Amino acid sequence: MDCVIRGNVFVVGDNIDTDQIIPAEYLSYNPADAGERKYFGRYAMSGVPTAQSGLPEGNVPFIEGESFTSQFAVIVGGTNFGCGSSREHAPLAIAEAGCRIVIAESYARIFYRNSINGGYLAPLEPARRLCETIATGNEVEVDLDAGVLRDLTAGAEYTLKPLGDAAEILRAGGVFNFARQVGMLK
Amino acid sequence: MGMTITEAILAKHAKRASVSPGENVWCDVDVLMTHDVCGPGTIGVFEQEFGRDAKVWDPAKVVIVPDHYIFTADPKAHRNIALLRDFAKRQGLRYFYDADFVDADAPGVPAPYADPAKTSYRGVCHSALPQNGHTRPGEILLGTDSHTCTHGAFGEFATGIGNTEGGFVMGTGRLWLRVPPSMKFVFHGRMPDYLMGKDLILHVIGEIGFDGATYRAMEFAGEALASLNMDERCTICNMAIEAGGKNGVIEPDDVTIQYVEQRKQSDAPGYEVVRSAPDANYEAVYEFDASALEPTVAQPHCPDRRAKAKDLGDVKLDRAYIGSCTGGKTADFLAAARVLAGRTVAVETFIVPATTEVDMDLDRCKVNGKSLREIFQDAGCRIGPASCAACLGGPQDTFGRANEPINVVATTNRNFPGRMGHKEAGVYLASPLTAAAGAVAGRIADPRDYLS
Repeated sequence: MDCVIRGNVFVVGDNIDTDQIIPAEYLSYNPADAGERKYFGRYAMSGVPTAQSGLPEGNVPFIEGESFTSQFAVIVGGTNFGCGSSREHAPLAIAEAGCRIVIAESYARIFYRNSINGGYLAPLEPARRLCETIATGNEVEVDLDAGVLRDLTAGAEYTLKPLGDAAEILRAGGVFNFARQVGMLK
Repeated sequence: MGMTITEAILAKHAKRASVSPGENVWCDVDVLMTHDVCGPGTIGVFEQEFGRDAKVWDPAKVVIVPDHYIFTADPKAHRNIALLRDFAKRQGLRYFYDADFVDADAPGVPAPYADPAKTSYRGVCHSALPQNGHTRPGEILLGTDSHTCTHGAFGEFATGIGNTEGGFVMGTGRLWLRVPPSMKFVFHGRMPDYLMGKDLILHVIGEIGFDGATYRAMEFAGEALASLNMDERCTICNMAIEAGGKNGVIEPDDVTIQYVEQRKQSDAPGYEVVRSAPDANYEAVYEFDASALEPTVAQPHCPDRRAKAKDLGDVKLDRAYIGSCTGGKTADFLAAARVLAGRTVAVETFIVPATTEVDMDLDRCKVNGKSLREIFQDAGCRIGPASCAACLGGPQDTFGRANEPINVVATTNRNFPGRMGHKEAGVYLASPLTAAAGAVAGRIADPRDYLS
């Protein structure tokens, strides 16, 4: 993963559960099949109620029309992001859509583990709540090494909490690569 | 200082004398469960990382239970069952509960099993695992499903994991786990006959919030809890995840041991009962008087939006749904029958047994000479075959799925937007007693008004 990611931000609120991130009706696609895997990108975040999709105004689709990828590179959310089911399809869908950074106030544990262990995306936490501060569509820059989020549109900078031990696993590209690097797996 | 049951189980499986909350430890796993939704992805990870010809770490410990998308015309769902079938055969898995009536090449919705006693299919994994002897005290059971926390009801450590972690466990039989701090919930007093395990857990989630136990172990105890059967205890542990809990757990007692002994497989390994030490440390202890609680409901769209059933009489219902691993077990239908016997439902009411065993119980269990099936049919309910069905929405043609923005009272576990289908459908989570009362009243109702 690049150390600096720049792009537009998509903002949602609290308790974005895995059914909102990838609705259950699409789970019959097999993520192990390359041809089917991209559909998780197409339907990423499609379960978020329209009025809450892309705050503060809402009514902003994460994926435009029939596209498989999103115009947004970063998601900002509130508390308990990724709560609900254990479906790894959730961080996978966000990553397939081309978005590798989520910055939420807090996470549900299975989503957090899946994001890291699968090497899909960096589940970062801001030092303070941002989902009512940053507006969807703003251009932002995330500097992973410096631990900052810069809102280039608004000219503001916010501190991100360190990922701790999880950073090594993410940097390796997931738990398998990490286990091989440290000699746990051959 | 002594350890909680959760800490003691993790320590044992990490071959350590003791562990403390916050530590990451590598643990040996006793059982890995997967199903038709997460199985294909988990197998994909396993084969990509260990090789197509690699063998799972123990073919008696990987249990596969197709249960989610069974009765649908979605060809990808049928394909996924065929994929599990092929994997189970190549790996020589001892416990694959195949939906043997699904022909992966035939279009349309598969015709259900003709006789629930004569199929390898079992239905919802979280009810099928205990019924088929895969849950044992003191063990570690991991599953690629968030409601794997259900199995803590048997005094073991059980939690949900993702596909990547599932693939890792499949190949190695191990996984790193962070030792969670424990929270204790004690239910004192006598359990009233109008309350169920569902009321207790909805009360707890309302008390601590939807993320109130994130990364925590939730240990349940007390006199009222001890009076509950295993179905009811499963309901409580099942919803630990709805407070963000890593695991729910209940210390084994005679009720647990009797159940486990009755169900154990002939090749079952021995198990060791683990308990919390008297001086174990809890991050928080919550105490409740069960006899003072009232029938409880979680309003849309979050399981922590707690209300008393008696205060929601203005909420008009369009549908009632009694099913799932949370509310579709034999004890759940016995309770619903107490309300529905001799009455007629006012709104369309779906009955979905969690497993084929529960399906058989609909005929075997009788109230005043009538079987549960007869009681539900006479009340005007629609009865479907065992599966997860509309609990998680699923494909559009799923039995009981809310395809319109309707109000549903459901015995299931989640009421997020779109969980049962339509994003604007309002799902009210309740006990089977309260759901049945709602079905009869056509609005949210207090079951005490319908129990003699």
